[in-house]
Amino acid sequence: MATAALDSLPAPLRSLRLKTKQQELLLRVSALALIYVLAFAVRLFSVLRYESMIHEFDPYFNYRTTLFLSEHGFSEFWNWFDSESWYPLGRVVGGTLFPGLMVTAALLHRLLRALSLAVHIREVCVLTAPFFAANTTLVAYAFGREIWDSGAGLVAAALIAICPGYISRSVAGSYDNEGVAIFALLLTFYFFVRAVNTGSLAWALASAFGYFYMVSAWGGYVFIINLLPLYVLVLLVTGRYSQRLYVAYNCMYVLGMLLAMQIRFVGFQHVQSGEHMAAMGVFFLLQVFFFLDWVKYLLNDARLFKSFLRITLTCVITVGALALGIGTASGLYFCFKRLSDATIFIVMYGLTTTIKNLTTLVRTKGKSPQTASGKATGSKAAAKGAVDQSLPFQHNAAIALLLGAFYLLSRYAVHCTWVTSEAYSSPSIVLAARGHNGGRVIFDDYREAYYWLRQNTPPDAKIMSWWDYGYQITAMGNRTVIVDNNTWNNTHIATVGRAMSSYEDEAYEIMQSLDVNYVLVVFGGVTGYSSDDINKFLWMVRIGGGVFPVIKEPDYLVNGEYRIDKGAAPKMLNCLMYKLCYYRFGELTTEYGKPPGYDRVRGVEIGNKDIKLEYLEEAFTTSNWIVRIYKVKPPKNRS
Amino acid sequence: MATPPPPPPLLVAALLLIILASASASVERADLVVTRADRRVDLTSHIVRVLTSLKVENIGPEAVSQVLLPFPNAQAKNLAAIRAFDTEGKVKGPSTLLPIEVVQPSGVPPELTFFSASLSKALEKGKTLHLDDSAHYLSPYPVKVQTLSIRLPGGRVESYTKYPSTKLADSELKYGPFEDVPPFSYSPMGVHFENNNPFAVAKEVIREIEISHWGNVQITEHYNIAHGGAKLKGEFSRIDYQSRPYIRGVSSFRHLIARLPPRAHSIYYRDDIGNISTSHLWSDSKKTQLELEPRFPLFGGWQTTFTIGYGLPLQDFVFNSVGKRSLNITFGSPMEEILIEKLIVKVVLPEGSMDIDVSVPFTTKQWQEVKYSHLDIAGRPVVVLEKPDFIPEHNLYFQVYYRFNNISLLREPMMLITGFFLIFMACIVYMRTDMSISKNSPSYLAKVQWDEVQSIIQKIQAIFEQSLAVHDKLEASLHDLSRSGDVQSCKAARKAADTQFKELAKELKPLLTSLQSSLQSYQIWPKVESLVAKERELQEKLMARHSTVVDSFEKKLRGQDVENRIATQQQKVAALRQEVESLLEYISEM
Repeated sequence: MATAALDSLPAPLRSLRLKTKQQELLLRVSALALIYVLAFAVRLFSVLRYESMIHEFDPYFNYRTTLFLSEHGFSEFWNWFDSESWYPLGRVVGGTLFPGLMVTAALLHRLLRALSLAVHIREVCVLTAPFFAANTTLVAYAFGREIWDSGAGLVAAALIAICPGYISRSVAGSYDNEGVAIFALLLTFYFFVRAVNTGSLAWALASAFGYFYMVSAWGGYVFIINLLPLYVLVLLVTGRYSQRLYVAYNCMYVLGMLLAMQIRFVGFQHVQSGEHMAAMGVFFLLQVFFFLDWVKYLLNDARLFKSFLRITLTCVITVGALALGIGTASGLYFCFKRLSDATIFIVMYGLTTTIKNLTTLVRTKGKSPQTASGKATGSKAAAKGAVDQSLPFQHNAAIALLLGAFYLLSRYAVHCTWVTSEAYSSPSIVLAARGHNGGRVIFDDYREAYYWLRQNTPPDAKIMSWWDYGYQITAMGNRTVIVDNNTWNNTHIATVGRAMSSYEDEAYEIMQSLDVNYVLVVFGGVTGYSSDDINKFLWMVRIGGGVFPVIKEPDYLVNGEYRIDKGAAPKMLNCLMYKLCYYRFGELTTEYGKPPGYDRVRGVEIGNKDIKLEYLEEAFTTSNWIVRIYKVKPPKNRS
Repeated sequence: MATPPPPPPLLVAALLLIILASASASVERADLVVTRADRRVDLTSHIVRVLTSLKVENIGPEAVSQVLLPFPNAQAKNLAAIRAFDTEGKVKGPSTLLPIEVVQPSGVPPELTFFSASLSKALEKGKTLHLDDSAHYLSPYPVKVQTLSIRLPGGRVESYTKYPSTKLADSELKYGPFEDVPPFSYSPMGVHFENNNPFAVAKEVIREIEISHWGNVQITEHYNIAHGGAKLKGEFSRIDYQSRPYIRGVSSFRHLIARLPPRAHSIYYRDDIGNISTSHLWSDSKKTQLELEPRFPLFGGWQTTFTIGYGLPLQDFVFNSVGKRSLNITFGSPMEEILIEKLIVKVVLPEGSMDIDVSVPFTTKQWQEVKYSHLDIAGRPVVVLEKPDFIPEHNLYFQVYYRFNNISLLREPMMLITGFFLIFMACIVYMRTDMSISKNSPSYLAKVQWDEVQSIIQKIQAIFEQSLAVHDKLEASLHDLSRSGDVQSCKAARKAADTQFKELAKELKPLLTSLQSSLQSYQIWPKVESLVAKERELQEKLMARHSTVVDSFEKKLRGQDVENRIATQQQKVAALRQEVESLLEYISEM
């Protein structure tokens, strides 16, 4: 070091300049590496605070299917008919899911095994989402660099690493489609923009494969297949049609479509349903543009060409564009409707709109500041603009601006970390609360109940519960359920809703017809856990009533009010759900100074304390009463 | 209370104390007489322990070396352990363990299994249990005096077989003494009593002991535990269990206690669906006590499975002796009072272990397996030992001897290092090789040209930096002039600079022409052009200023005037210099 410094003295500029380049590279690579680690690490709060486990509802289905895939191989998985759910209908799993996530995790698992690392598939599943989030930062960096420069890429990577909307869908254990799909989404966009910029067939091909991966992973692929045509359309309208665009879009659309149709869940929808029509319209529009170019070339005379254009094509184009506009609009509307998590959508949407702004239009510097790359390029451009001026006053202003931006960004980082640790890192299957002495109290009732089912019921037992718990019961309890979170058959759900809202004897007949052995209800009255079945009950009534008109919502309400205390409707007080939730609850004192049978969620004393069950018996209730399981008694002997 | 379903057989352990009153010799039964037989049956837990004290006398002429101990077959198949101790005469002291074997002498009833020792058996049903046995000690020899005492767990006794000399006092049931009973007399006897103690029965336990010579013995135990006692009839009621745990919940068990070795660390407790948070740990220098609560209380007939794991320091359990290493560790599970119907112990030795030898103090089924774990190629040798009907009495130390070379320890780190090395090598090779398929595609040519342009630009940059350095020298010479007044050296400096400028210009010329002719330089060329122009202008200005200063120095003008004369030039030079530098920077950033 010292000698290098001495050597550089006679020609300081020369050696310094080389060094700054190397330093810049080093700095960039290490910053990117740190961002990569950050994106991964910030998603591990839930593992540190709880354990390495799968969260929530849908991920349990994904986990179960991944387990199946890694045990039985792909073709078994592809043709899997699952008899453990939707009893007695069953479910064709292979044809009703997006297999991208499971295949990804199974491949990762196999790869690790091949590297002779003996990891369990569960750990792979838990860490898939953070791993892909980390990879997303790399894509965001490449994307930012493609659009603006590497500095913008770095900031974009950093922002996407800690963007709360994304984190909420990709914390460790949140083993859901979005975890890999957002990576695929950005990757497809990046490849496509690159293909448009270079006109290279290879990049277009890459983007087609990115699109295929996206289609295999998530229903949100509709977003891509509407945004890309929109982007192309904007390019066309602004008169930026080029051979590069033609190559990129045609290759991507044709190959992407063929590939996407291989996914059984998508199949011919890709050429039939309305939300895919915009892409097809733009495809044809591009052919028109190409044709025009060709005619122009053939005629080789501007005047002749103009008249040709005026006569033959203007009307066609206007009609086409109109149809196209409608198609695109409806497609986008579908996107809005379809995506559950608006935050991701907004981020993605903002990101892509910025990309369009940047690549297609003039490099304007005013961009939506709440988007990742918008922010990145915006702040950088502002800073640069200010520094370029030589006046000292503006120099100070630039420094102030930089400091301000730095302050805001660092506050943003702190905020994101806080939000992640507080709001998004709970597995929701294990509940934690603060005890009165400040310690952490853990309510592990769900797993207690599911494990009880797994160990102490016959292996072919059928469990009836509201659909929310279906995936968890099949994955953790390993028992057959009547309905689950894949709400594909409304009648079946309505039947369960009807059973829950009928009197016990009527419900018994329904349960007998469905071969139900156990009924599981979730009840928060003891602990104050508010997302329980009593609070969801009106939905069961509504869905049940939607198919079976015998169930009428007003029967369960008193003057339009939902009550469970003494003033509740008689049907409410005697329906199956009420009985199962409050069976022998009337004997329990839940809160000091309150009468026995005081429901801590609803904040009232229950109306029916003397519940007798005739056709069911309590089989198990968890330690905090959150899950209660009842056994359906066999039919009585005729006397 | 509950009605008895077909009684599940329960394991029985027997301890036999044989007192050989006279000299032993070597013939079958016949001549032996049992002068006194006292049996004590302990029924307080789910493992029935029978202690039979026999005083045996040889009345025949020949020496007898064997004492036959018959058991009804029904009991023999539930026999978990049998041990015979021998105390000579009346001497109390360390008793020696007698070897025991199964024999089948001729001319005996086939319902009996003969050991060279004895026992009894218990049956349980509902919350109440049965013990069926003989009131008389079953012996192939005549027995002079005998007694039987049965210790019950307390609580209700439903019924028991009454003989003339039967007493029930507190929780002890006494039969006898009976006198002069002939050989093989069997008088059925039964006790039906209440026992609400929870019966922890493990249907299967797999205990894996994995040795790592990096300093750890990792133990993983998979349990499949059931409440072997009376089956729960009717419904489970949480409110009853919760509000009156000692009445309603008395027959369930909430927790198990595991006594782990001291210095156990990294303890975990989980099952198929994740961590189980209900456990407590106490540790001191003598032991580590782990209290495990299953996810749910176990009532009769309920079962659960779980896994516990912990690490132990290697030096406490693995020893080195003359080239061989030995593992010395307890065989059974650390759980207290647990009956294991099938215990499988797997000892996973490090990869590369050889000459494996096992020594277990009782008979087990043994075989070897291979396990693949992290970074294994050949796999780790696994010794598997299977033992049915395991009771805490079996929890003895056993040894596994093997050879292992310490150099094998380095294999895995070396593998990792090589792996990473290869990855980096591959990266380097990839970066340095030309992977393009077509050597005359336009994009490839463009890339090659661009590389050329870049190398030219680098050279140009170097030249400009040199000439900037010359500028600095000129400035320095002016500075020296103002200090020393040495006009000659200043002039010489100017001359030297001039020749250097010319040389540099000569060098620059071919570079500029080749840059201009390159197709890829259309973007950068104007910048380079203006750079060249500016630099030339800067050179001229500098020289002009230099000569002005030197002139005025020769004319001995005052400093103030010199300043005035060159002030405008000075400003121009500074501005030009800045422009040149920014242009250079711009070019280097391309």
